[in-house]
Amino acid sequence: MALTPHNFVRHPQKALATYHHNVPSGIFRYCNKCGAKFYFRRAGKFQLCPECGYGFRVTARQRLKMLTKDFQEWDADLVTQNPLDFPNYDEKLKKAQSKTKLQDAVLTGLADLDGQTAALGIMDPYFIMGSLGTANGERITRLFEKATAQKLPVVLFTASGGARMQEGIASLMQMAKISQAVNEHRQAGLLYIAVIMDPTTGGVTASFASQADIILAEPQALLGFAGQRVIEQTINKKLPADFQSVENVYQNGFIDAIVPRTEQVAKLGQLLTIFAAAGWEGEQ
Amino acid sequence: MDKQAILQIMDGARSDAKANMRAIVEQLFADFVELHGDRVAGDDEAIIAGFATIDQRKVAVIATNKGQELKERLVTHFGSPTPQGYRKALRVMKIAQAMHAPIITLINTPGAYPDADAEKAGQGQVLAQNISEMLQLKVPLLSIIIGEAGSGGALALACSDQVWMLEYSMYTVLSPEGFASIMWKDAKLSHEAAAQMHIEPDFLKEQGVVEQILPETVLENQCQPLQELIIQQLKLFDKTNLNQLLQQRRDRFRRF
Ligand SMILES: [Zn+2]
Repeated sequence: MALTPHNFVRHPQKALATYHHNVPSGIFRYCNKCGAKFYFRRAGKFQLCPECGYGFRVTARQRLKMLTKDFQEWDADLVTQNPLDFPNYDEKLKKAQSKTKLQDAVLTGLADLDGQTAALGIMDPYFIMGSLGTANGERITRLFEKATAQKLPVVLFTASGGARMQEGIASLMQMAKISQAVNEHRQAGLLYIAVIMDPTTGGVTASFASQADIILAEPQALLGFAGQRVIEQTINKKLPADFQSVENVYQNGFIDAIVPRTEQVAKLGQLLTIFAAAGWEGEQ
Repeated sequence: MDKQAILQIMDGARSDAKANMRAIVEQLFADFVELHGDRVAGDDEAIIAGFATIDQRKVAVIATNKGQELKERLVTHFGSPTPQGYRKALRVMKIAQAMHAPIITLINTPGAYPDADAEKAGQGQVLAQNISEMLQLKVPLLSIIIGEAGSGGALALACSDQVWMLEYSMYTVLSPEGFASIMWKDAKLSHEAAAQMHIEPDFLKEQGVVEQILPETVLENQCQPLQELIIQQLKLFDKTNLNQLLQQRRDRFRRF
């Protein structure tokens, strides 16, 4: 079956000064993509806007529930050492940890996805914007290393504001560290599928998110390297709000398919099943 | 670190003398031949790439160039490479690998160019590819940070076996201005940001981000001192085999 982008109806974007993604104020909820206002329960299990189909940002643990019940967590205790002794960072971490029930901005482990076993990682946009630091960098590195050792494919859901500023240069080095682990996974002949969630930017885009063999994305998610404000300052011009939407990035050739939440497990299962089949070994 | 020392590093890293990387390349490599084009979409003058000999051995040279005159700086976007530039760099690195030539990168860039065209052309994807491929290259890599080395745009030229930096140069996760604007919504607090980020080379060496800090005097006498250091390092590379080289490069980045 050919991979095709999900067709969805695009409604006019309403300029919203602030993003209120997850916390419903009262029983009504706003969609920050199409501006729809709706009774919050209508978002349902998959947390979708009933008007435009945008998938609201969810924590990694909420996301896991949408994907599988069969999950064994890895490296849950990895925590950053605050390498720059950055002021107020420890408090910020504590808040993020209690909000997400994670030690840092990724959840990893062994998962059953539609009957296929895979090493699964889910970044958490609610943990300091899903930024890449030493702890989640190490956890993602180990995800690939364990997958390589156990001969498993990797499925990684990405969401990130980019580098973890509070960790400085050590954050930048995570890109190379993870990239190396991805290289070794590929050299072992194993498949890596990335699923781009909203938003995936900066150093994560410039390393492991773009390194995947197959890149899927959620409808209306943002995927980019530079921040839109930075681009606008560079060219001294406003850009349309959807400039970095995965629908546009797909048109530019950087995404294999746009897959709504309701179809992700089936699509992942289908791909994992194909690649689990025997290949060409040649004459032994 | 006191404000005076931070200022000295930032001013030194951004000095006009270092902006003219072409002059440095020509002083270091007398027979340098420049190559052009990424074979996909164009050529980017922010990246100077080509081959030369040094001490009778062939090397690939890849350098970011801010430019001397304003006109040149506008063309190079003040030393910020586009995807075409990074693809050209990787193309030359692949030739170097095939020809068994060590690779020397000279870095002075605020970062990858963040305009709309670069974004559409897949700046993030190109950086990811360069990082991934550099880590696997089967020839020795030496990177020297001459001035600024900002963010992923610098890392994509510095996934190397040896990374050196000048005494007054800086290697940062983001420019101090960008950092200040993200953390405190005020780009003018760049000196405070630089202090908070620990841009000082001593800290980076302590962290294992760089192996050597070079005095600014290596650029004097037509860069002769720097040339000698490069020749010494090439001789050291001769003493290692391919497996050791790749294993050490892997370990170098694994420990972060
Ligand atoms: Zn909507």
